[in-house]
Amino acid sequence: MDVRSLKNYLYWLFCQFELITCSYLMEPWEKLLFYTFNITVLVTALYAAYSFVPGHISTAFQLFLHLFGNQRESAVSVVK
Amino acid sequence: INHIVHNGGLYKRPFNEAFEETPMLVAVLTYVGYGVLTLFGYLRDFMRQWKIEKCQNATEREEQKDFVPLYQDFENFYNRNLYMRIRDSWNRPICSVPGAKVDMMERVSHDYNWTFTYTGRVIKDIINMGSYNYLGFAQKAGTCQEAAAKVLSQYGAGVCSTRQEMGNLDKHEELEKLVARFLGVESAMAYGMGFATNSMNIPALVGKGCLILSDELNHASLVLGARLSGATIRIFKHNNMQSLEKLLKDAIVHGQPRTRRPWKKILILVEGIYSMEGSIVRLPEVIALKKKYKSYLYLDEAHSIGALGPSGRGVVDYFGLSPEDVDVMMGTFTKSFGAAGGYIGGKKELIDYLRTYSHSAVYATSLSPPVVEQIITSMKCIMGEDGTTVGKARVQQLAENTRYFRRRLKEMGFIIYGNEDSPVVPLMLYMPAKIGAFGREMLKRNIGVVVVGFPATPIIESRARFCLSAAHTKEMLDTVSVSSCLPFAHAFYKQIQLLPSFGRLIQCLVHKLVEP
Repeated sequence: MDVRSLKNYLYWLFCQFELITCSYLMEPWEKLLFYTFNITVLVTALYAAYSFVPGHISTAFQLFLHLFGNQRESAVSVVK
Repeated sequence: INHIVHNGGLYKRPFNEAFEETPMLVAVLTYVGYGVLTLFGYLRDFMRQWKIEKCQNATEREEQKDFVPLYQDFENFYNRNLYMRIRDSWNRPICSVPGAKVDMMERVSHDYNWTFTYTGRVIKDIINMGSYNYLGFAQKAGTCQEAAAKVLSQYGAGVCSTRQEMGNLDKHEELEKLVARFLGVESAMAYGMGFATNSMNIPALVGKGCLILSDELNHASLVLGARLSGATIRIFKHNNMQSLEKLLKDAIVHGQPRTRRPWKKILILVEGIYSMEGSIVRLPEVIALKKKYKSYLYLDEAHSIGALGPSGRGVVDYFGLSPEDVDVMMGTFTKSFGAAGGYIGGKKELIDYLRTYSHSAVYATSLSPPVVEQIITSMKCIMGEDGTTVGKARVQQLAENTRYFRRRLKEMGFIIYGNEDSPVVPLMLYMPAKIGAFGREMLKRNIGVVVVGFPATPIIESRARFCLSAAHTKEMLDTVSVSSCLPFAHAFYKQIQLLPSFGRLIQCLVHKLVEP
């Protein structure tokens, strides 16, 4: 029962996508072109996220550590 | 905007009119859709020019290719790339009387709406939500039809002349006296075509040196008549009395543009019900302004005559005003009376002048006798002079249908424009793909609707327009409103407005996901 309503819901979402981007009105070869372009862009974006985002996050994390680490050390030295 | 009703106020009943703002998300998504279609339009035009694809639309001949290009403007681009894709929702051929249910000839297209072929099948009993059949007089059986058939056997179908020559029948005289009595004016004159009534009589009433103040959303016939007259035209915002008053003040204070002389005549052009918006004119305020600034009022009651008012006498009756305040009352017989033609009513001097000087009276063929008899019988029925209460029952049924249908659609969450009491119900669709999808899906469910897109409405505000009728039963209205909630539910629009935060929206979607 849950699977059926999930399938209906996904079909509804797909219909909304088709209507909003007007792929409902396109001829089959236009739809193929449009979906290929969309999926390519999406896959490229996901791959870029997968390969570069951890690197960026670790660099940013290191930068923050460097900044706050320096401060803590200097504060500690003053107290001493 | 609700006007508070109090003693001495202009409005004797609440005036509820609403034009909801387009939700921001919907506007953005509509532009996205149009953007995608434009890109594909450019691609297809490129392919057509480089002969990769067969060119099926109109182009210039080879010899004319070096001249000024004819088909490069936006209208033609829209026509061949956007309109062609959804063209099957318009010009559908019907083959029975357009009553509450209608028969339609089925047609298919094998090359994406460039050509159509008839399959030969007739789709029967489609619920008709598109005809202007407000009081249900479009019938093929009944008193109106019998009277018209009798007159057809007496007078024939053709008149073969204009009003001023040999085309003035005693039926026309009878009709005009009846129309004058119906409206409560001194005299009236009937013409063969409603469009021609407006476009041919406004030039007879105003000329150069006069000022026309016309509403933003006036019908093409009024615009054409105003332009043909040669008068100066100024536009005020739709149903906006502050804008109208400002224009009137400027006109009186400054006069004509170069010479500063006073205007010969100031004519205000308004309509009773605006058919694309479903809004009703603010007639008490217009009349108050007209009296204050000494101008004339031309009221086009094409959609409101017969459809509004406790006794069906139009927008003047609806507001409880006196017909003497409106200088020129124009209307058509096409909508509520189930016939064809138009009329103008007013003071006797005005109508006598129009009998001589109107282009339509001099050059256009007069009304056909069976059509005149249909108008006479239906008008007598509405007034109650045929001895039954059928007319009154129809007017009340239309008012009930209007209130019920509008309430049902609003409860379902659609955005509906216009006044609470107008039988024209525009349901907003906004996105171009939904125009085509709505028309087709409703036809699959045996309901015929009229969807309206770009040239008739602003580009993002496309809509489906329902025209209610006294002939619709409650079951039909229930079927239509339930079917409107199609699998691609438009009720999403209202939810966006009611949920201010995006988080609530996600919560709502997740709730939809897990409900059994």
